Amino acid sequence: MTKKIKNLNLNFGPQHPAAHGVLRLILELDGEVVEKADPHIGLLHRGTEKLIENKTYMQAVPYFDRLDYVAPMNQEHAFALAIEKVLDIDVPIRAQFIRVMFCEIGRILSHILNVTTQALDVGALTPSLWGFEERETLMTFYERASGSRLHANYFRAGGVHQDLPAGLEADITKFCETFPKIINDLENLLTDNRIFKQRNVDIGVVTKEDALDYSFSGVMIRGSGVPWDLRKSQPYDCYNQLEFKIPVGKNGDCYDRYLCRIEEMKESVKIIKQCLSKMEKGPIKTFDGKITPPSKKDIKQSMEALIHHFKLFTEGYRVPKDEIYTAVEAPKGEFGVYLISDGSSKPYKCKIRAPGFSHLQSMDYLIKGHMLADVPAVLGSLDIVFGEVDR
Amino acid sequence: MKNLTDLEKKINSELGTKINSSKIKHNQIYVEIDKDDLIDVTLFIKTNKDTKFRQLIDITVVDYPERSQRFKIVYLFLSHEFNQRMILSYDINENEVISSITSIFPSANWMEREVFDMYGVNFKDHPDLRRILTDYGFEGHPLRKDFPLTGHTEVRYNEDQKKVINEPVKLEQNYRNFDYESPWEGTKYIKELTENNDKKN
Repeated sequence: MTKKIKNLNLNFGPQHPAAHGVLRLILELDGEVVEKADPHIGLLHRGTEKLIENKTYMQAVPYFDRLDYVAPMNQEHAFALAIEKVLDIDVPIRAQFIRVMFCEIGRILSHILNVTTQALDVGALTPSLWGFEERETLMTFYERASGSRLHANYFRAGGVHQDLPAGLEADITKFCETFPKIINDLENLLTDNRIFKQRNVDIGVVTKEDALDYSFSGVMIRGSGVPWDLRKSQPYDCYNQLEFKIPVGKNGDCYDRYLCRIEEMKESVKIIKQCLSKMEKGPIKTFDGKITPPSKKDIKQSMEALIHHFKLFTEGYRVPKDEIYTAVEAPKGEFGVYLISDGSSKPYKCKIRAPGFSHLQSMDYLIKGHMLADVPAVLGSLDIVFGEVDR
Repeated sequence: MKNLTDLEKKINSELGTKINSSKIKHNQIYVEIDKDDLIDVTLFIKTNKDTKFRQLIDITVVDYPERSQRFKIVYLFLSHEFNQRMILSYDINENEVISSITSIFPSANWMEREVFDMYGVNFKDHPDLRRILTDYGFEGHPLRKDFPLTGHTEVRYNEDQKKVINEPVKLEQNYRNFDYESPWEGTKYIKELTENNDKKN
């Protein structure tokens, strides 16, 4: 007697704690083995690119915070760099160090969230409790510099919005002293943890070739042994003046990617320390009055400054006709902005290249043949944030 | 190729008539081709040992409604070996169907779906051409310049029908687009910060 067995279709999400947001994953299961995965995305689609086309360059910056909302300033950086290249303006050195420092803080923010929630997905609760305390400290640094914990809106074309408040540098230095101990604590909990290793070693293996074919970047490609980091290979701002290492994995599995993230956090701390020691007092924005708004003090005294201020916040600054692609090494991978300007004060087109989009696309390739219980582990190691995948 | 000028020469000599124009700017190479040569050109730049553009970064479209060839399709490539970026583009009409490069770069799958969803450009030989970012049952292509910013429909829960319904957008006030652009050009130079500014005031 033959018995007909039908494959089971399972809806994973859109409301699932391990889906890291609003992912609807349709899984075809043969017993407990996943045969096919079809991610449905777009549940958080807000039309960011369309909105940016209808805003001036300065008004477009906050939309970048809302893409990858766990590391907002890294996104702003890509947009600011794109405008700066088209306008051909120089950024004062202090502003460059401030930007790089906050980008590295963003990297730590993102990696803490990812490492600890990945642990949470495979059953470890404590790391997230310990990690989130540090995230909160880092977000107060964001708040003190920009005024908000998450949606910073701090980077501008030509520099940053305002200088660091008194005492912030000292507090970040203090954080750099204590934070490596927290990383060690997390590592004590996870790195040699038997359960964590059972759930992650040899799961979701990506070969070098496939990592290239599937447009992987960031930790996803470095975990597979490709030493590629835009901070080193195409340095932007002051990264070429800083010393840091690029951790590279060997096996390309979830465990190697976890190790890469841990090591990257340690390198980020080094970068922040170097920024703090090299930072000197000085201007934090370009002097070009057509791009930088005048200071409050000037507005009270000079008619010309008042007019400039008014024009900058209504018309905005104009960007000459050009076409450019700039990318930065965001915590999740290569985050790029393809900008087309037409000489007016609004971008004609602004395509956002989000790393998570191409990573999530490979879900079917990664999970085929694995067990259902491996889905959260793989998804966790992809480091998906739906703000940027759906845009 | 080590530098971009060599790369430009190489591409122009090897592909010859297939390249319409090429230029180097912002440390990237911009290449324009014809629609029909897409597969040949991508295969060449991916496999040739002097180019090795092994990674497809993104595919996108620029919409110019006033042009006869409305859409400009843009492909961004990255070569890890030579640390170079290439921007490949060609123009098409509104209803033209273009070839998919999913057989060369598997990652093109979702990128082409996104282009289809956002601009309504159709791909030939694509394994799974569905909408990706917009809602199930969505109509229209949002990133086209003639699609209104507020959209056509809004979604709400209907208490009577006990389900979520789509209905035409009703705005309390129409969306207003103010034109702040001033006709004046402004100065080209950066005004120097002078100490005696105070005296003038």
